[in-house]
Amino acid sequence: MTNEFVLEAITREFPESVLSHDTPYDFLTLEIKKEDIKKVIHHLKDSSLQINFLTDICGIHYPETPEKEIGVIYHLHNMMTNFRIRLKTFMTRENAEVDSMTDLYAGANWMERETFDFYGIKFKGHPDLRVILNMEDLGYHPMLKEYRLEDGTRTDKDDKMFGR
Amino acid sequence: MKDNALSNILNQHDSKEQIDGQLYTLNLGPTHPATHGIFQNVLTMDGERILHAEQTVGYIHRAFEKISERRNFTQITTLTDRMNYCSAPINNIGWHLTVEKLLGCEIPKRVDYMRVIMMELARISDHLICNGVIAMDAGAITGLTYLFQEREKIYEMYEEVCGARLTTNMGRIGGFERDFSPKFHELLKTFLKKFPVVWQDFCSLNERNRIFMDRTINAGPISAERALSYGFTGPNLRATGVDYDVRVAQPYCSYEDFDFIIPVGTSGDTYDRFMVRQQEVWESLKIIEQAYTNLPEGPFHADLPEFYLPEKADVYNNMEALIYHFKIVMAETEVPKGEVYSCVEGGNGELGFYLVSDGGRTPYRLHFRRPCFIYYQAYPEMIQGSLISDAIVTLCSMNVIAGELDA
Repeated sequence: MTNEFVLEAITREFPESVLSHDTPYDFLTLEIKKEDIKKVIHHLKDSSLQINFLTDICGIHYPETPEKEIGVIYHLHNMMTNFRIRLKTFMTRENAEVDSMTDLYAGANWMERETFDFYGIKFKGHPDLRVILNMEDLGYHPMLKEYRLEDGTRTDKDDKMFGR
Repeated sequence: MKDNALSNILNQHDSKEQIDGQLYTLNLGPTHPATHGIFQNVLTMDGERILHAEQTVGYIHRAFEKISERRNFTQITTLTDRMNYCSAPINNIGWHLTVEKLLGCEIPKRVDYMRVIMMELARISDHLICNGVIAMDAGAITGLTYLFQEREKIYEMYEEVCGARLTTNMGRIGGFERDFSPKFHELLKTFLKKFPVVWQDFCSLNERNRIFMDRTINAGPISAERALSYGFTGPNLRATGVDYDVRVAQPYCSYEDFDFIIPVGTSGDTYDRFMVRQQEVWESLKIIEQAYTNLPEGPFHADLPEFYLPEKADVYNNMEALIYHFKIVMAETEVPKGEVYSCVEGGNGELGFYLVSDGGRTPYRLHFRRPCFIYYQAYPEMIQGSLISDAIVTLCSMNVIAGELDA
């Protein structure tokens, strides 16, 4: 399987769903419409492409682009041909909700919980969407770019000369 | 089989009330000698049988992904070696490979072979602990104490290479800080000579031991299909019969140069997981022998002046070197814009790094694909209906390392 072959197969099947595509470092990366992401992943799993191993799910935050502020990134894999693909879907902060993959992949459960924990993305249809690594009463989603790593109000430390 | 066990228990009771009256809750962990790390299991028990388990993780979550966003690329090594601390060099080298992929640089062959030697030593050390502890949890403590002496020898080698033993900070982006020292060569030669005898002893102690087999065969089984659905990789997946190994499927560090096989199991139970690791240690020894015998001559780091601290003499006499030294120390080195996913075969599975760079001095986003995080969610399914003693050996055989689970 080649990037071109898979790209062509997906765009033929879902011409409306693929918003853009790229191959950074020879890794096929597609941006998929949020409403269609589950459909596409389901197709990749069950079609002859056999991209049926969910390697990873994670979130990302781009505060500079409000219409695509929150993203979910899926890494999928066909172990037989060792073909990997990355799917991305973006959404606004107010509507950070996407379909859950838990009924396709058992492993999606915790990956989605982790993404929810860190970015506040809701996964529709997830059986038990609770925070997982942080404490439940933390009350915010710490990986969002608006939370600085250190307390921004600290005045005892001036590190502007130290390359940070 | 375990479903039958569970339905048998449920059938023995006339009503739900009767079950409720007999059940009790047992907290296994967070800190318990048998959990080998800080994670909690709330078990619903009927006598000694587990009806339901609910795990809680996050007790040692240290926000590595968030911290990475404020650290430059060379400083992240100190985070990765604290993930799976039983095989820290693999994590470090995995991270370096990710950055090198982003930089698109060429790595000398000698570096590849040196990395292979260190990674395979780390894999052996990881498997020594895991298998030693499985034997210990099954009641035989001898093997573990015996193997700890060997792990000590591996740690001495780490110390020779990088000065540290546990949190090794092994290597640099582009290679190693220094070449292997003469003492390292001596230590490695002695290890390669003596360790197979010890390992053979450990194999003889357990592999055909009646008690050990009774305790581990059919304990915590998982099918290949379920394992794949959960996202299992590494020895835990191979124990189910799937021969997926990142070293072979997607070779890095010149793994394609070496001749080794991928051991697989059949039933995905604790015994198979144990046996796969046993065999893998032999394969790792084979790889180290080959890499050491054919260790190429040449530089021990790539030509990456923006990431590799120059020689002190150069810093004093060469303007370029002084500039690079300053830039590295002051963390002013920038990397290209882009995103990469890079993975290595860690001690317990595919350890992946998803790195997004916006062209700055620190990663814009770094996500660790941690195999332990993936395994542990299958744990309730694997122990449902089994005895609590099976749950202990099952947990251990999955090699869940709390540092990597929580990151």
